[in-house]
Amino acid sequence: MSWVLDNLDLIWSLAVDHLRQSAIAVVAGFVIAVPIGWLAFRYTTLRGTVLTIVGLLYTIPSFAMFFLLTAVFGIPALSETNLIVALAVYAVAIMTRSVADGLTSVDEVTRSAAVAVGFGAWRRFWTVDFPLAGPVILAGLRVTAMSTISLATVGALIGVQNLGYLFTNGSQRRIVAEVFAGVVAVVVIAVLIDFALVLLGRVLMPWSRRTVTPRMNRMQAAHA
Amino acid sequence: MSTARSRLALAFAGTAIAALALAGCASNDPLSGDSTGDAGTTESSTIVIGSQQYYSNEIIAEIYAQALEGAGFTVERNFNIGQRDLYMPSIEDGSIDLFPEYTGNLLQFFDKDTTATQPDDVYAALKDALPDGLTVLDQSPATDQDSYNVTAAFAKEHSLKSIADLANVDGVVLGGAPELETRPYGPTGLKDLYGVTVSFSATADTTVDELVAGNIQLADVYSADPLIKTKDLVTLEDPKGLFLASNVVPLVNADIADEIADVINPVSAKLTPEGLIALNVESTEDQRSSEDIAKDWLADNGLD
Amino acid sequence: MNLFLDAFAWIFSPDRLAGSLTLPTAIAQHLAFTFGSVAIAAIIAIPLGWLIGHTGRGREIAVFLSGAARALPALGLVVLLVMLAGVNLKTEAAVTAFVVLAIPSILAGAYSGIEAIDRTVIDAGRAMGMTEWQILFRIEMPLGLSLLFGGLRSATLQVVATVTIAAYVGLGGLGFFLIQGLQTSDFTEVLGAAIVVVALALVLDGIFALLARFAVPRTTGPRIRRRPTEPAAVPVLQTSP
Repeated sequence: MSWVLDNLDLIWSLAVDHLRQSAIAVVAGFVIAVPIGWLAFRYTTLRGTVLTIVGLLYTIPSFAMFFLLTAVFGIPALSETNLIVALAVYAVAIMTRSVADGLTSVDEVTRSAAVAVGFGAWRRFWTVDFPLAGPVILAGLRVTAMSTISLATVGALIGVQNLGYLFTNGSQRRIVAEVFAGVVAVVVIAVLIDFALVLLGRVLMPWSRRTVTPRMNRMQAAHA
Repeated sequence: MSTARSRLALAFAGTAIAALALAGCASNDPLSGDSTGDAGTTESSTIVIGSQQYYSNEIIAEIYAQALEGAGFTVERNFNIGQRDLYMPSIEDGSIDLFPEYTGNLLQFFDKDTTATQPDDVYAALKDALPDGLTVLDQSPATDQDSYNVTAAFAKEHSLKSIADLANVDGVVLGGAPELETRPYGPTGLKDLYGVTVSFSATADTTVDELVAGNIQLADVYSADPLIKTKDLVTLEDPKGLFLASNVVPLVNADIADEIADVINPVSAKLTPEGLIALNVESTEDQRSSEDIAKDWLADNGLD
Repeated sequence: MNLFLDAFAWIFSPDRLAGSLTLPTAIAQHLAFTFGSVAIAAIIAIPLGWLIGHTGRGREIAVFLSGAARALPALGLVVLLVMLAGVNLKTEAAVTAFVVLAIPSILAGAYSGIEAIDRTVIDAGRAMGMTEWQILFRIEMPLGLSLLFGGLRSATLQVVATVTIAAYVGLGGLGFFLIQGLQTSDFTEVLGAAIVVVALALVLDGIFALLARFAVPRTTGPRIRRRPTEPAAVPVLQTSP
């Protein structure tokens, strides 16, 4: 315990770096995944291919991904950029499926109503499809954020400074408290970000609180 | 509809502000290794110091950093970088100005076939082997080199004093970092120079624990590791010079070498082998941070 | 391209059959850790998941634990457990870490597999007079198999990735070459090992994809509602479309 108290500023500065790296990756992943997910949704012929490709990307183990990125794109292997790009790739892999599924889950009736009222495609996407796909996309975003935050620690193996440093440094100096502090810090940050995203969802999508709960779903299904 | 849109805009704005704030209070990026970034000369007042992914090296780097700050320089820390292939180019192009290194290992990095083994020879050979743009300041008496160790009991049982004595022992398993297997002083070197055959087990950070537990018989431990004393290990003598002497030496960008020599050289001179071990003890046993250790050491040695 | 050619040359070079860790041994170790850990995790998580799915109780806790466990950093957990257990129990500690990381996906696969089943089918079973056990084994298990396999699949991939990282504590496996190559600046070794790891992951993924085909029982009509029932269930699993 005393180690933690003595090194709070180290943990804090590492946490800030960690969040920064994760945030960039998640945001980048999100921004890239939305158009790709939309493509998979809009053109059903592409859906299978797109989802298979992102699925394959997700299969690649993280420690190996860094070096594949270096070999394919020439990013220096031991750089923060490499870590962020790798994290972003995983983020895209998870989010694309969420975006595609979210858009698919929008009620066809609602979409037809929007068309009937006269919304153009662009406006329809941003004001109808996307917001209504929100809950599913948000769920994917939460999973992405949590995975990214925990995955970023692997960066310690390629010399990137973030909370993963506490694992390698703690392992070298044989200080259990340091490693434990690192694990706890990562979990706490991930959970906090998750709560923040849930709150964000409530703020942005007040209507989503009225969506079906599992229990209601079962009843609905029974009457279907 | 407009509610959703305005909320969306609000969310984006909020995220953007948060991102900017985060970027603002983030500490310096670790080295990216891009040769396209930060090339050219650094301002003479900001010295960038790097360190290896090794806690002991970080302490030395922190000592150098605080010494320079005490002398009025502005220092930027880029610690925990990794291995030589990455930071060498950065030192050459000026993204890093100063890096605490070890003479023997550094020499072998540039000249695999070197025959120098004694400290002064290694230092001289190193000076020659360095590319233009890099230079080293005075080397320190402190050493931190690979050494082969056995437990006191094992040494007694087989009457071991030097590495050569191992030739009489069967079934010796050598433990160390994974890369030891391919190093010139690893199993191949043991065979070629001393006729000792060992099998290898990559034990990394748990090397000493494995040695004490009896899972391995021979361990590659850094000479400045406090565990050698605390676990009662015996360092085998190396009469044939399998290991090069490896003294602490500051590797610097040639342009700024003169500027900081007056600050760094006295610091290096005061660092002794026992002193370095003591610093490492503070880090591992007392679990103090590099910052605190460096501050106290500089104060104790009248260098702050 | 040159890099890849060198890497392939590294993979197939006869040197890989010599040294402290041969490539075949490393692959075997990797697979052994993976299958062993996933099996242990499955033994724990599948019955638990079926219980949760069947009775509907404990779901919130399960979802929360799955989510929180996703936040666990693999490297940190492995290092922590190995340090706590000491060198003689290194393997056991590492396997414990792998199991802990694998359980959430399998658990989610098990309970969401059952939840996705049309309630009317289960009601029909009850109406026919099936006991709870019969419902579990004859209806819920077979119909829930596809999502369960999805969970096993993602758990397996996660463990493969974690075993790669666990080389940091000297556990062997393919990660050994990644770490050794990194420290000696031998990018050929690093890329070669990375390619083998990826190939391994892809093969395992492919095997699961095939198994998924055979796991779905043959029926004449649509059996499982494809609508995403609970948003959390969907992204957790990487089932194929």
